[in-house]
Amino acid sequence: MDSTGIAHFIFGRLTWESLPLHEPILVGTFLAVALGGLALLAAITRFGLWGYLWREWFTTVDHKRIGIMYMILGLIMLLRGFSDAIMMRAQQAMAFGGSQGYLPADHYDQIFTAHGVIMIFFVAMPLVTGLMNYVVPLQIGARDVSFPFLNNFSFWMTTAGAVLVMTSLFVGEFARTGWLAYPPLSGIAYSPDVGVDYYIWALQVAGVGTLLSGVNLIVTIVKMRAPGMSMMRMPIFTWTALCTNVLIVAAFPVLTAVLALLSLDRYAGTAFFTNDFGGNPMMYVNLIWIWGHPEVYILILPAFGIFSEVTSTFSGKRLFGYTSMVYATVVITILSYLVWLHHFFTMGSGASVNSFFGITTMVISIPTGAKMFNWLFTMYRGRIRFELPMMWTIAFMLTFVVGGMTGVLLAVPPADFVLHNSLFLIAHFHNVIIGGVLFGLFAGINYWFPKAFGFRLDPVWGKRSFWCWVVGFWFAFMPLYILGLMGVTRRMRVFDDPSLQIWFVIAAFGALLIAIGIACMLMQFYVSIRDSERLRDTTGDPWNGRTLEWATSSPPPDYNFAFTPIIHDGDAWADMKNRGYERPTGGYLPIHMPSNTGAGIILAGLSAATAFGLIWYMWWLAGLGFVGLVAVAIGHSFNYKRDFYIPAEDVERTESQRTALLAAQG
Amino acid sequence: MIPLRSAVPARLLRSATIFACALPLAGCDWVVMNPAGDIAIQQRDLIIISTVLMLLIIIPVMALTIFFARRYRASNERADYDPDWDHSTSLELVIWSAPLLIIICLGAVTWVSTHLLDPYRPLARIDAQRPLAAAVKPLDVQVVALDWKWLFIYPELGIATVNELAAPVDTPIRFSITASNVMNSFYVPALAGQIYAMPGMETKLHAVANKPGTYEGFSANYSGAGFSDMRFRFHALDPAGFQAWVAQVKAGGGALDRQAYLKLEAPSEKEPVRRYAAAEPGLFGAVLNMCVRPGQRCMSDLMRIDAKGGAGKESARDVQGLRHDILRDDPSHEERPAAKPSVPTHHHENRPMTLNLVPTSVASARRG
Repeated sequence: MDSTGIAHFIFGRLTWESLPLHEPILVGTFLAVALGGLALLAAITRFGLWGYLWREWFTTVDHKRIGIMYMILGLIMLLRGFSDAIMMRAQQAMAFGGSQGYLPADHYDQIFTAHGVIMIFFVAMPLVTGLMNYVVPLQIGARDVSFPFLNNFSFWMTTAGAVLVMTSLFVGEFARTGWLAYPPLSGIAYSPDVGVDYYIWALQVAGVGTLLSGVNLIVTIVKMRAPGMSMMRMPIFTWTALCTNVLIVAAFPVLTAVLALLSLDRYAGTAFFTNDFGGNPMMYVNLIWIWGHPEVYILILPAFGIFSEVTSTFSGKRLFGYTSMVYATVVITILSYLVWLHHFFTMGSGASVNSFFGITTMVISIPTGAKMFNWLFTMYRGRIRFELPMMWTIAFMLTFVVGGMTGVLLAVPPADFVLHNSLFLIAHFHNVIIGGVLFGLFAGINYWFPKAFGFRLDPVWGKRSFWCWVVGFWFAFMPLYILGLMGVTRRMRVFDDPSLQIWFVIAAFGALLIAIGIACMLMQFYVSIRDSERLRDTTGDPWNGRTLEWATSSPPPDYNFAFTPIIHDGDAWADMKNRGYERPTGGYLPIHMPSNTGAGIILAGLSAATAFGLIWYMWWLAGLGFVGLVAVAIGHSFNYKRDFYIPAEDVERTESQRTALLAAQG
Repeated sequence: MIPLRSAVPARLLRSATIFACALPLAGCDWVVMNPAGDIAIQQRDLIIISTVLMLLIIIPVMALTIFFARRYRASNERADYDPDWDHSTSLELVIWSAPLLIIICLGAVTWVSTHLLDPYRPLARIDAQRPLAAAVKPLDVQVVALDWKWLFIYPELGIATVNELAAPVDTPIRFSITASNVMNSFYVPALAGQIYAMPGMETKLHAVANKPGTYEGFSANYSGAGFSDMRFRFHALDPAGFQAWVAQVKAGGGALDRQAYLKLEAPSEKEPVRRYAAAEPGLFGAVLNMCVRPGQRCMSDLMRIDAKGGAGKESARDVQGLRHDILRDDPSHEERPAAKPSVPTHHHENRPMTLNLVPTSVASARRG
């Protein structure tokens, strides 16, 4: 073997040319990220925080800390996904009248692909999973999730996927196929480079995490509810979390399978989705949307749950139509499997097939409409406090109905024939994902932040962020509806017609407003941490909440509840307050808790290494990583130090501190 | 959409259209809302009908949201406060049935219009006033989406064009659509809705242009680096103008045979308009069946053999003529413009048409 042969063996197809040294934007980004990263690492070392981070965070099995880490991951990736968005907006606002803009096709095509992938898989999913992780066990009066180690492992697998996507920015490239990577374009013949392989393996690794966390939360909700909490007494957010995780468990294996088939096509020369040898790319399109449509509901259902909690709390009222809300959620869950074809009416199915899927899609708007009315009638005869979570909810109600309307419009197949793949479609799904999912997540973050940290988020910066986001959203996406009606299609890099430019400039202005909104949000976090004493909440119940998570302290102790509460009513905590609940102050028992473990982060690291080896054809690394993965997994199964007891004295100490705080409150 | 005409007065439609068009400052250049072909006009009407139907419920919801939010604000002590009121059977009935009624209407509209406007359905009329005479034969146009340009073959006229489409007004056009190697979508917004163009697949579209003019057409499904410039002009001409155009194409010379097609098929961007006085008969069929290149076996033949029970075990070895995708990497063709020089060079090595199913890139990596 000569020296090139050895280099080829070690590095696979990775060469110096794989590093984007000729792209100033990427080099600049890399320098900024590298310097920032080094500064962060130096600071951690300087303040001796490595041990703390490892013991208290990286290896934790506490659902609350894992939830917080999910949220941090989602917010960091939001910055990346949004940078992609603003680069696209700038390119499209510039590239008129012969101008090529500032992005060449190969870079621009990676950006819109990465934007979609990151926003769905590494922003929306971690934020949704993070909130569910944090809130669900507290809402059902549990001490943790059913499988605490699995929870830690799931988080690190999601993170490993995100790390792979970020790596593609500086080592090699990302896919240039659009976020769903339709073959034949994503096949080896038309995308021979590493981009699609990064895409496949990032999603496969993160998908393991998503699927396992789905299993974990389903079991938690089914098995670990406090005594007395029947299914129809569960808080509505827990209900939506249950439905979402059922969707995850049923849908993600489809994604895993379809990506596995695509990777067989790319690596092993099979012909599932190729043009030749009997392959059928249309099958890929069907399969990926059989996952992809439920995915939309995986994101929106928890947001609906958040809005239900927030509306009820801030209207000071029981949720109107709890039962119909539950049924609406379940109906949406089931129907979301019967609509996938509406993503490709234009593929040429017969009229009867198209109408069937069009009508099932419209039917979903019935339970969704019912939910909307339920929130409305929760506000009716309430006492509405316009704190930030409620502001986001009102903004959602006014924004989401527009997105819902354009969605039903797109479900009419002949109308879809003229609007499919147009910027009208882009405006529609941003309308529901930003106006629905993201506004919901922001409502949730503002709502539960004091529970997680013991102080509220600063309302002044929060309101600035709110207005920038909401106004920015309308500026950014209403022009896209109009452009869609002008026949402008998506994923365009340059334009001929100069009359379109003004609309793109308005959209870019909207994106800029959203950028200010994000900046205000970061400022809100900074100011709130700086002024945490001013914003302190010692009651554990700053909003006069109605569900169990507000019954314990903020932040809750490791064990959540010193005594497992007994449930007599739907709004458990409101009911306890009404009946003059007295907090027990003695008779504590030792509490059984799971132990931390580093196995999750190690397994995820090995998975990332295996994926990296597969992406670059470094077969030795892939093999070694995989063997390591199996070895660590087996090794971990021999780890018997899995649990411990918090002594009764420790519980008593913690609880009496809280007693003192509450007494000081008066 | 004849039944809908009677249901929704034409005047309402027209005024709604005018209203929709009055909104933009730039005037009415919203091609989807102001198209030039009967199919697209019916699709536009459907957008308006559906939107109006849904606004029946959307506007009250938005108004109620604002009204309730204002009226029941905490500072308004005069408003009723009823913290335990959480159920009303009659209200629930309204909540579920109001959207249900709208969706029943919309569902009926959907079922009827999807069937009437099915792109595969031959036209029954030229426009709202003029039914189609039974004797009229539609103009056949075969469309091939290539990397990254459009090829139009007129089988009856024997001509072909690249990035230029022409048709006489008030004459039905029957498009047969396929693609050379990746998915695209054939879309002329002024004429009719889009339909995917897929390799090895044939989709159909029936449409008619009613107003002479020049309109934009393009791919509405991302297909790679040259996608943005994958555009063409559609000329809707009066019958005399169309005859003149055909004569001009025929006079211009040039022939599109298989060799010329294979050259044309190689990836290229911003391709200028090209015209061919003669297109080889059967070329579209060969493209569709992925057997333009000499030595490739047509899918249609294989399917015929398979339908008769297959060619036996021996045929499993005979895959030489079946490979299609891998041709793109054949050095005799132009490469797809490589994104970065980072593409490892072994992709560009000779890739013989082997029987080996493993892509040579993987195989060569394993040799290392």
